[in-house]
Amino acid sequence: MSDIKFSEDTLAAANKIIARYPEGKHKSALIPLLHLAQAEFDGWLSLAAMDYVASLLNIQSIEAYEVASFYSMFNLNPVGKCLIEVCRTSSCWLRGANEIIEHIEKKYGIKEGETTADGMFTLKTVECLGSCGTAPMMMVGAQFHENLSYEKVDSILENCQSDNKRKTYLDKVVINQY
Amino acid sequence: MGKKILLAHDHVPGIQGYEVYRQNGGYASVEKAVKSMSAEALVEEVKKSGLRGRGGAGFPTGNKWNFLAKPEGVARYLVCNADESEPGTFKDRYLMSRIPHILVEGMITSSFALGVNTAYIYIRGEYYYIVSILEKAIEEAYANGWLGKNILGSGYNLDLYLHVGAGAYICGEETALLESLEGKRGNPRIKPPFPAIAGLYGCPTVVNNVETLAAVPFIVNNGGEAYAQIGIGKSAGTKLISASGHINKPGVYEIEMGITVEDFIYSDEYCGGILNGKKLKAVVAGGSSVPILPADKILTTPSGEKRLMSYESLADGGFASGTMLGSGGFIVMDETTSIVENLFTFARFYHHESCGQCSPCREGTAWMEKILHKMIDGHGTIEDVDLLWEIQAKIEGNTICPLGDAAAWPVASAIRHFRSEFEEYVRNPNSIKVVRHYDSTQNLVNA
Repeated sequence: MSDIKFSEDTLAAANKIIARYPEGKHKSALIPLLHLAQAEFDGWLSLAAMDYVASLLNIQSIEAYEVASFYSMFNLNPVGKCLIEVCRTSSCWLRGANEIIEHIEKKYGIKEGETTADGMFTLKTVECLGSCGTAPMMMVGAQFHENLSYEKVDSILENCQSDNKRKTYLDKVVINQY
Repeated sequence: MGKKILLAHDHVPGIQGYEVYRQNGGYASVEKAVKSMSAEALVEEVKKSGLRGRGGAGFPTGNKWNFLAKPEGVARYLVCNADESEPGTFKDRYLMSRIPHILVEGMITSSFALGVNTAYIYIRGEYYYIVSILEKAIEEAYANGWLGKNILGSGYNLDLYLHVGAGAYICGEETALLESLEGKRGNPRIKPPFPAIAGLYGCPTVVNNVETLAAVPFIVNNGGEAYAQIGIGKSAGTKLISASGHINKPGVYEIEMGITVEDFIYSDEYCGGILNGKKLKAVVAGGSSVPILPADKILTTPSGEKRLMSYESLADGGFASGTMLGSGGFIVMDETTSIVENLFTFARFYHHESCGQCSPCREGTAWMEKILHKMIDGHGTIEDVDLLWEIQAKIEGNTICPLGDAAAWPVASAIRHFRSEFEEYVRNPNSIKVVRHYDSTQNLVNA
């Protein structure tokens, strides 16, 4: 075991989650706890992070690995501070997703799946995020950015850069109201 | 204006919060149910209403509830399927983020009807931002005595929890969802046993879609009859349609079932017609899994009547000339759309989302994506079109869960209705024009 462990607040949140499930069914908390771990430990799940989560739930490490590797929101390798997830499925494609992806690739000199040299951005393409009526869209952290134009993408990503903070799925975000 | 049930108060300022929701008649169904109705009477009302599962399968909800086993001393569960991931579908997201209490209320009333004391909402991980909205609504419901111990002094107890997924389309399939909720990979289970007998933790479980559960308060407040009178025939009630693609007004619309498809596409009340005055080419009417139809077939039935937005009318003609209402994910394509390229995005989607458990789906979806990729790169052959057809036919019906069928149908229907376009693609690779659809900046580029 390494010395990786949750902060007091996160541990309290984890225990609250575990209490949602019946006695003896604590493994149910695995996915929610992996989310907490990914948010707390630099945006990805190292073996040490998954071992730690498994130990909290009193399950085998392999049970955490097999779950983490199944779900596409879990990163098994380090990612940039801002993971840019651009939807590319039908409705988004119809409204210009490919062009948005190319634009980001050119802007930062990275290809899909790559991270900028400064560790700021990782570009990922994803399947339908349920934002089809406001396509094209991308997700950065928990925030949906919709009805994208090149200018909008530029200003969102430039803001991320000047913020210089890691974005996570657990961030409190501005709610878009259609 | 058609009848609105779910979105009746959508434009009331503050409807997201408890006070305003309550002032607009919210939680009346819980009061009525726990104070004056038996569980059996509630199930009976839902049966009478003709409500059908709104996640896509359209199975009668009352029957599903009726199947729930009730062995003495064994816990039962209600799980809300909020894993909305069917491409083209974003109605549950809309409903949960704008009127979260309608889902909470629907779950309380439904749980009481099913004799459930613990219920979960399984929400897809990408909707993390909605988690805080739902958590607040659940807290408010607890604080006002609608959840917890001894609800309204009735002696009935209910706990409602949220559970967040982590990105897997397959978890929208109910048994995969239950596996995921148990902290495992989302591999669908072999049925039978059905969840109603052995679901979550092996206990009897009902899994219902968000929109289905949100319709329950109206049914309980007004009676099943009143709901059954809305809509048309066996398509009772209203349906949330997620409209996207090349239309002037994309968004979520609550329609009374039975309006014409033509009206839905062209009237200003709904989609407002095709973007930039272009012509309609094709529609995927019920989420990516249902057959794509060309303009003439989506607008009229085989007998020449106007096609309606209902389970039966959309399916009229079978797969030869009809489609399905599915989840109500309505994707509209204009005359410039390449059917082959659109199909490639679907094939890539299903390959990405196949859980890998059944070989016809795991291997077949990969092959279909590869062949379509080859075609749009300009290296396809006529034989590839036949090969695609053959592969989809070998996936359909040969897998544990419906993802195999869902992957096969878009391919089959695209070839059935647009074969000449596939042939054109492979015969004249040099003539392939990459049409750019980029509209947001009015910056159309033709490569």
